Amino acid sequence: MILKPQLQDLKNIGYYSGKIIIGVGLTMLVPAVIGLLFAEINPALDFLIATEITSIIGLILTKLCFTEEDLNWMQGMIVVSLSWVAAMLLGAIPLYLSGHWGSYLDACFDVMSGFTTTGLTLVQDLDHISYAHNLWRHFTPFLGGQGIVVIALCFFVKGVSGAFKMYVGEARDERLLPNVIDTSRFIWLVSIVYLILSTLVLGIVGIANGMKTANAFFHGACIFMAAFDTAGFAPQSQNILYYHSLLFEVITIVIMFLGAMNFNLHYHLWTGNRREIWKNIESRALCITLLFTFLITLIGLNQVGSYPRAVIMFRKGFYQLISGHTTTGYMTIYARQFINDWGALALAGLICAMAFGGGSCSTAGGIKMLRLGIIVKALQQDLKRIVSPEPAIVEQRLHHLKEIFLEDKQVRAALLITLAYLVLYGIGALVGMFYGYPFLDSLFESTSAAANVGLSCGITTPGMPAGLKLTYIVQMWAGRLEFMSVFTLIGFFIAAIKGR
Amino acid sequence: MKTAISLIFFCWTVCYAQHISSTELINKAKEYDGKSVVYAGEVIGDVMVRGDFAWINLNDGQNAIGIWLDKELAKEIKFTGSYQAKGDRLEIAGVFHCSCIQHGGDMDIHAQNLRKISPGKLVKEQLHTGKRNFTIILFGILFLVLIFVRHQSSFGDKVKLPQE
Repeated sequence: MILKPQLQDLKNIGYYSGKIIIGVGLTMLVPAVIGLLFAEINPALDFLIATEITSIIGLILTKLCFTEEDLNWMQGMIVVSLSWVAAMLLGAIPLYLSGHWGSYLDACFDVMSGFTTTGLTLVQDLDHISYAHNLWRHFTPFLGGQGIVVIALCFFVKGVSGAFKMYVGEARDERLLPNVIDTSRFIWLVSIVYLILSTLVLGIVGIANGMKTANAFFHGACIFMAAFDTAGFAPQSQNILYYHSLLFEVITIVIMFLGAMNFNLHYHLWTGNRREIWKNIESRALCITLLFTFLITLIGLNQVGSYPRAVIMFRKGFYQLISGHTTTGYMTIYARQFINDWGALALAGLICAMAFGGGSCSTAGGIKMLRLGIIVKALQQDLKRIVSPEPAIVEQRLHHLKEIFLEDKQVRAALLITLAYLVLYGIGALVGMFYGYPFLDSLFESTSAAANVGLSCGITTPGMPAGLKLTYIVQMWAGRLEFMSVFTLIGFFIAAIKGR
Repeated sequence: MKTAISLIFFCWTVCYAQHISSTELINKAKEYDGKSVVYAGEVIGDVMVRGDFAWINLNDGQNAIGIWLDKELAKEIKFTGSYQAKGDRLEIAGVFHCSCIQHGGDMDIHAQNLRKISPGKLVKEQLHTGKRNFTIILFGILFLVLIFVRHQSSFGDKVKLPQE
């Protein structure tokens, strides 16, 4: 029997969603201040309007739904999934007001793309956009990558029980520190330290490359936020190609790697336990899948003779592949070059890399290295079982922060989520084909959206059908939250209709 | 003699040749590789000087393409496109590379000649009075809502949840 949600459920969901909405509203003050600093009055007004609307909605929700009750698991999950939708709808206000997005749907698309650290974009005339709006584009992945709920946990929530339920709902089930709020704060500490260092380095490189000082540091901060949060937005329409700089490419590769690393590994790195990085199953899985997909890509590029020299093929192939594998989406080629110049085999390698994704508990999307590692270990265990004498007990271990004996429930969970991702990639590809795009193009773009990558082969343009825009929005959202909170939300609506 | 011929050729290219769009160059990159092309667009972003040369990026309204040109030629550029400026509109005659060996495989044009089609200008921002008025009205509403909310519970109070 399905139970209809009670009024208390709605109050709890409304109250905590309201808190998170207020948090999102306050973050929009940052671009408003930047707008004022650069004497961009109208853009600053766009953000003030958005902050005011968001704060009013958030405050009314917290007032109407005021409660002192704790969240249960279902409520925690629904708060997360609804908050992400609310953040998209409200975060799109300043973008739409700027006039650089063709419709409100386009603005919502970009905000969802930002919060989910995807990087697909529908912006028009990006090269003339204000600093304030450009900052917000890059700030959304910085907020969403660490987790919108994580922000709220840091600032608005004192207790830890309900907090943990929301934290898990945002596709993070690992705690670096005993307390989930301390974990959230550590995540932010890591991110801010890297932000300061990377902005300095990228800014100096930018100046050396001939950029104006203010632009160099602004671009440095934006590029860091989008690279570390594996988003792939860039301040100019040519993406990384704009800089024409090998050094810039090398630095962004390092940042993309850092972004795709599990925050637990950052913790070990910071506390001096570097051995963990080499022993961890995620690092090993990343090395293997990277080599495997890079080999496929190189063979593919070589087959079609895309590049005149091996060193160029290596540079272009490696950059796009790292960008895809870490689910960042930075590009040093034009979108249509994937289809025109790369050939099917190289694209297949890149699609596999995008589908695999980065580390769990990182800002990366995709199936994730930990799940792939678990699945391969389970396969090894089964093969050992077949070749061992029948009464033998075959145990399989893996190293992820500590030695773990592989259990069936871990394998089941990993397989279920992997299957969900594969289905999501497939559905997006089918929708793309329904709208008349070729199979490979559709699969490429769909995988990119669902794995929160952001590489585009040219389908994602302001002129693409609204149905496809909505499909990609849902894919980005479900992919980022890793399904559970989205499934819970669907279940909640079914219960509201069919429950007793 | 050679210089004179090439000068005549480039004058002819600049004056009479049709501009090729960035979309055409990207979609038919192999076809145009190594050929002389005429491309026009607005200078966007920074003029990035690298030694005796400079990088600029020209946006023709569809895409932006990197142009590698002599530093002296780049000196003609006075405005680059951004939120606060409309960049100079230039016409470039040069050699197109679909995967430039000199520049790590980037798609670019090595400019040999440059002509300013129209100068750029600073864009003076006009205050949008509708937005200003809306901001003030919303601020009033927000103020009232804050008073209403504070009546029951103070905003900013941290929620107390039971210990895990």
